[in-house]
Amino acid sequence: MSKEQVEKKVNRSPIETGCPDAFQYMHPLMRKNYGQWAYHEDPRPGVLKHVAHSGDAIWTIKAGTQRILDVITLNLLCDIGDKYADGYVRFTIRSNIEYMVDQESKVGPLIVELEKNGFVVGGTKNSVAMIAHTQGWLHCDIPGTDAAGVVKAMMDEVIDEFKGWNMPNRVHMTTSCCQINCGGQGDIAINVQYTKPPKINHDLVSNVCERPSVVARCPVAAIRPAMVNGKPSLEVDEKKCICCGACYPPCPPMQINDAEHTKLSVWVGGNHSNARGKPTFQKLVAAGIPNNPPRWPEATAIVKKILRAYRDDAKDWERISDWVERIGWPRFFELTGLPFTKFHINNWKGARNSLNASTHIRF
Amino acid sequence: MADKHITPMLDELENGPWPSFISGIKRLRDQHSDSRVSGVANSLLGQLEHSYETRKGYWKGGTVSVFGYGSGIIPRFSEVGDAFPESREFHTLRVQPPAGNFYTTDMLRQLGKSWEKHGSGLQTFHGQTGNIMFIGASTENTQHFFDEINEYGWDLGGAGPCVRTGMCCVGAARCEQANIDGIKIHRTLLNNFTDDIHRPALPYKFKFKVSGCPNDCVNSIERADFAIIGTWKDDMKVNQDEVKDFVEKKGRKYLIDNVITRCPTNCLSLKDDDTLEVDNRNCVKCMHCLNVMPKALSPGDDKGATILMGGKRTLKVGDLMGTVIVPFMKLDTEEDYEKLTELAEETIDFWAENGLEHERCGEMIERIGLVNFLDGIGLEVDPNMVADPTTSSYVRMDGWDDEAEKWFKDKLQSVEA
Repeated sequence: MSKEQVEKKVNRSPIETGCPDAFQYMHPLMRKNYGQWAYHEDPRPGVLKHVAHSGDAIWTIKAGTQRILDVITLNLLCDIGDKYADGYVRFTIRSNIEYMVDQESKVGPLIVELEKNGFVVGGTKNSVAMIAHTQGWLHCDIPGTDAAGVVKAMMDEVIDEFKGWNMPNRVHMTTSCCQINCGGQGDIAINVQYTKPPKINHDLVSNVCERPSVVARCPVAAIRPAMVNGKPSLEVDEKKCICCGACYPPCPPMQINDAEHTKLSVWVGGNHSNARGKPTFQKLVAAGIPNNPPRWPEATAIVKKILRAYRDDAKDWERISDWVERIGWPRFFELTGLPFTKFHINNWKGARNSLNASTHIRF
Repeated sequence: MADKHITPMLDELENGPWPSFISGIKRLRDQHSDSRVSGVANSLLGQLEHSYETRKGYWKGGTVSVFGYGSGIIPRFSEVGDAFPESREFHTLRVQPPAGNFYTTDMLRQLGKSWEKHGSGLQTFHGQTGNIMFIGASTENTQHFFDEINEYGWDLGGAGPCVRTGMCCVGAARCEQANIDGIKIHRTLLNNFTDDIHRPALPYKFKFKVSGCPNDCVNSIERADFAIIGTWKDDMKVNQDEVKDFVEKKGRKYLIDNVITRCPTNCLSLKDDDTLEVDNRNCVKCMHCLNVMPKALSPGDDKGATILMGGKRTLKVGDLMGTVIVPFMKLDTEEDYEKLTELAEETIDFWAENGLEHERCGEMIERIGLVNFLDGIGLEVDPNMVADPTTSSYVRMDGWDDEAEKWFKDKLQSVEA
């Protein structure tokens, strides 16, 4: 048999089990009281107490981690779970770890042990939650910035807001490393904003890129096929180009990232909940922020300004979107000291729906 | 291991009180017993420092998959692999978590053990789509790692133009606001589409997300092509003794300012005896009052789900919210679950046939219009689907009588049923 045939023979067919059964990994009290929970209380920041109709109670201790977990840290989290909790954990969608315990007396020692090992207990109720983040320079193929680094630098600065209940309501923050915005919507979002059209390596385009699909990918039809230096390539109408970077993933020779011109922007008011108002998308408030590793101080300074203004001016239970709706955008820019520019005015499809078609003005 | 790379910029991220991922990668470099793992960690740190210095990424995609699948691996080849050879191939495996992200510490250890044997020893619980991300394996070892964990019950998630790994909140496992069995819905839907997860053949990605209540903790309206959100139809439950207790503890002014006046449809009123009056017919189940007073207020008994479709993020027409497609459906019996699965199948089939390349379901709805979409998946119009009726008269309406007749007939039928 040839080497190829030998390899083919040992190929193992996958067992297509798909999504595993969750109940085998669930705390016994949660299995027992599944669908039978009556209410919850918040005994202290980072701790939830859920009470079931049966009278059973379960305590949840939430801790922030570095999200990109090395296996040594993962084993440490497991050791803590075995020694101080009941051996059951879950992860929140913002990558916090949650330990569940069946007795109140286990809560204190678990918190002490987590904090002794550098983990941060908090992130519940009206706190600044862990920042949702993407992959960035560590692993993404198209990133304009890092993700884990930005998040680490920012969480260092807002750690007291994670650990406490100092905000009018919860604050969800997100980051994204390109304008596809995998990080999603947030009360405050820190996203990459490109400012220059892609730089094209015409020698590579015809070999690497499926040109018609790159042309189709452009949201503003600014890309067309062209012969450049005798080779089939693509060209960009730079007057039309909105520098979104959508062409870069299907065509890496159209380099959108740039050490100087890739900037950060800050958006506020994204809210996924239906509580009070309907869900909202985040809106641009600041751009042109330097992409400045390793600690991105300029972006963090703006985030902290917004958090301060929100903390001082919003009413209890108002998310950032509720707060801005009540006080209006002019007051938001006044309170945060951020400049309002022509770039804040929407020029996209349906833009006029976002303009003020009334005399409702706060003087 | 080659000489340790010097990482002055990354070292800055070891300062400060929040746990540092850089310290974690260094632990793998300095403390891990396997020289392959420590070598990969050193190499990765070198490349990451290079990115920090030059402000650019150096990973390129490619084609890597395990035998039998076309999806589930995010291939990464280094563009600067000559300088950092040990992490030259650094692929991520996306592995489907159990619905609700539950683990025993034993299982986490077992997964960690398999991963340090074959991969980098770096993982994330979870990526933005909802997968466990095992970050960094060579092309050869992706197969070995998958074979090993697949034997004890773990399977790959989606990547590329396919049905993606789903997401659901903690739901009925630990939350009093859960109106549906999110864990069952998640697993039923996802495992109905296993083939579409492993073999990308759709116009683009398709995401299911399940939230137990309208707080929508998994952001399904904003991020899912198919959002299932728990709600209820009958009156919410009011424990008047707890309302009185709340007033006693927090004060009447607090209750008025933070509950009564915050109701978006003005359904609440505090009576003179400190009990609460609710106009349930006009309650939109926004959840605010239940969030503030979880002990006093609870969802009703006639529970079910609202289905919204077409949510997505920016690429390419701009962000879109999902819109209501099914205002309410029960999810109690196996027949109810079959109906839900059939709806998902109809939707994916119609979109697979009519969506353009790289067009999300929501973008297709935007392009062809909601009415054509409903027609395609066999559903009738409903006023709950719109924020407002059309404001434009530029619509051809010569089929009005037939449509009006249909409306009255449907209404009559639903009354009789």
